[in-house]
Amino acid sequence: MRGPASILPLQLRNVGLAIRDRDLLRQIDVELSAGAPTMIMGPNGAGKSLFLRVCHGLIAPTSGSVEWSVPSTRAQAMVMQRPVLLRRSARANLVHALALAGTPRAARGARADEVLERFGLTDIAQRPARLLSGGEQQRLAIARAWALAPQVLFLDEPTSALDPGATRAVEDIIRAIAAEGVKIAMATHDIGQARRLGGEVLFFHSGRLLEKTPAPRFFEHPQTQEAAAYLRGDLLW
Amino acid sequence: MFDPFAAALHVMTSGDPEFIRIVLLSLQVTLSALLIAAVIGLPLGALIGIARFPGRSAVIIVLNTFMGLPPVVAGLLIYLMLSRSGPLGPLGLLFTPTAMIIVQTLLILPIVASLTRQVVEDLWADYEEQLRSLGSSRLRAVPTLLWDGRYSLVTALLAGFGRASAEVGAVMIVGGNIAGYTRVMTTAIALETGKGDLALALALGIILMGMTLMLNAGAFGIARLAQRVGG
Amino acid sequence: MKMFNPKAILAGAFALGILAAPALAQDRFITVASTTSTEQSGLFGHLLPIFRDKTGIDVRVIAQGTGQALKTGENGDADVVFVHDKASEEKFVASGAGVRRFPVMYNDFVIVGPKSDPAGVKGSKDVAASLKKIAGAKAPFASRGDDSGTHKAELRLWKLAGLDPASGGDWYKSTGSGMGPTLNTASSMNAYALTDRATWLSFKNRGDLEISVEGDDRLFNQYGVILVNPDKHAHVKKADGQAFIDWLVSPEGQKAIAEFKIGGEQLFFPSANAS
Repeated sequence: MRGPASILPLQLRNVGLAIRDRDLLRQIDVELSAGAPTMIMGPNGAGKSLFLRVCHGLIAPTSGSVEWSVPSTRAQAMVMQRPVLLRRSARANLVHALALAGTPRAARGARADEVLERFGLTDIAQRPARLLSGGEQQRLAIARAWALAPQVLFLDEPTSALDPGATRAVEDIIRAIAAEGVKIAMATHDIGQARRLGGEVLFFHSGRLLEKTPAPRFFEHPQTQEAAAYLRGDLLW
Repeated sequence: MFDPFAAALHVMTSGDPEFIRIVLLSLQVTLSALLIAAVIGLPLGALIGIARFPGRSAVIIVLNTFMGLPPVVAGLLIYLMLSRSGPLGPLGLLFTPTAMIIVQTLLILPIVASLTRQVVEDLWADYEEQLRSLGSSRLRAVPTLLWDGRYSLVTALLAGFGRASAEVGAVMIVGGNIAGYTRVMTTAIALETGKGDLALALALGIILMGMTLMLNAGAFGIARLAQRVGG
Repeated sequence: MKMFNPKAILAGAFALGILAAPALAQDRFITVASTTSTEQSGLFGHLLPIFRDKTGIDVRVIAQGTGQALKTGENGDADVVFVHDKASEEKFVASGAGVRRFPVMYNDFVIVGPKSDPAGVKGSKDVAASLKKIAGAKAPFASRGDDSGTHKAELRLWKLAGLDPASGGDWYKSTGSGMGPTLNTASSMNAYALTDRATWLSFKNRGDLEISVEGDDRLFNQYGVILVNPDKHAHVKKADGQAFIDWLVSPEGQKAIAEFKIGGEQLFFPSANAS
């Protein structure tokens, strides 16, 4: 259904990012391939968000290369930590995103309704997006990204500001999207969440990628001292 | 001495066709100028707000400076352009309502564009990453940002309206204050002041302020209501 | 999406309506550059409807000072000039800017001043002597200072009195504005001022001012009317402009001028057949 040409794997080679002489990402060599969700973990300032933005294409690395197997920006989407919803109805937010994605005008309405239905947002379709609850806003932001039919979905701590009920709803959605075959790459602080959702873990510290480990092994036998300390709850810097 | 409020009430209730014509022409000229300034100034201001190009700071400074363009200077410039002896003379626009619309547009376009630039630039700081993530170009972001900034932009338009409707020097020069043809509220006020009829002049001033007040209250109310309903 | 918003379309249609409205105004008209005295006194409000009823020609009057009105004519921005400074008018015709000067009417200037009369000129019929007294007493005097017909007349009168008020000092205030604003200034600072009688009679904010000097022949104020030269400006409405001039100097136009009164007092005196 999503077409035969997968844009994965995503290949990062020796990627570095320096802003005003500060190295924020260093020598990152990693391949993101199809499969179970990838959890991006690490303490604050480790470079998780920047890594996602570099993968997504919002920030160009200052060194190294980021290559999809099929060059395309359309087949991947991102949900920000604090997504910006436009001052219009929930449905109009979807229509706007579809317009940007090049969906023909006549098809946008039906597609938006379909997406709202898929995410259980039909009841709030006409409500102003800015006046929705935090959980509803985050679900709408994910729905908006999903509406673009991405093969890869980046999420930057999508539940960091949500209560447990809303967090659970968002996790269910992410799990369902992953089950459709969409590759999930998600930064999270929440170790429990990473256990619940993760297939593999990328562990960052001080702008370096220290580990790329299958999830069960990461949580049982982290490869590095830093990861072990992080999982114990020690402060790392 | 005299009661300008009683005089204002008298003028308003008299139904004098000349008075009605003056009120309508004032609205027509000012609203036309505002419309043109909005059609040009909103997208122009938004573009300057989000575009990055060499000399951008200079453009912004010039635009801000033109917000303070003295109306008499604007009037003189348009006069020289539109005079039969000027480059646009053959159009025969001097001493017509069209000339007044042109000069008011020149006066309020910098205000609308400059305030729009500020609003859109601030908004862009919040929206840039999200819109780029959704695949929007800067150019394509212009209508999106204008629409999302609409409540703030109402203020920019009201500022433009205020300057246009309060203006007398420029419309006097290019309109000629011709009775029954280019006389508007402000030039009528100047005329009555010249005739020493200060009560009538003040009465007209009160009416003009009343009109501006109603328009502002209306715009404020609509924006507030829309914000409550539409987020 | 927004572009096809019905509200926007409605607003656009409304806006086109306001922009288009001026085009609907009457299209047979001439533009006359004239002076504040004729406009503000209400003379044109009296004359123009009569002329329009007779000919169907709308007259659009721009009230300026004489100097500015002649400049407007010279630039081709008016079809007819109707002003009051004979010397400038003759220069205007001589330079080729105007076709020919027709005398139309006269009124007279008066010197107004405060009731307290610090210069002691009240009741005088000698304008030169009065100006000397005002200058001698250093009593405040408000001058137009705007190159208008009245201003030029005032300067001629000072010259007649053998004085140069510009070098006189603080008492001589040049307002650089129209007759009305100058009278407002004079009224607020109890100054003397030269004004045409018509503007004075229709002026409401007199405060403590009254007529101090009147009746001197040298205070006569001649009005002339001139068609702007169509050879210089091809768009000048020669026929309709000349029709207006012809009507003004015709017995009918002259009668209409004589009939214009404020408070029972005649303000302008027909003089088409004089000088």
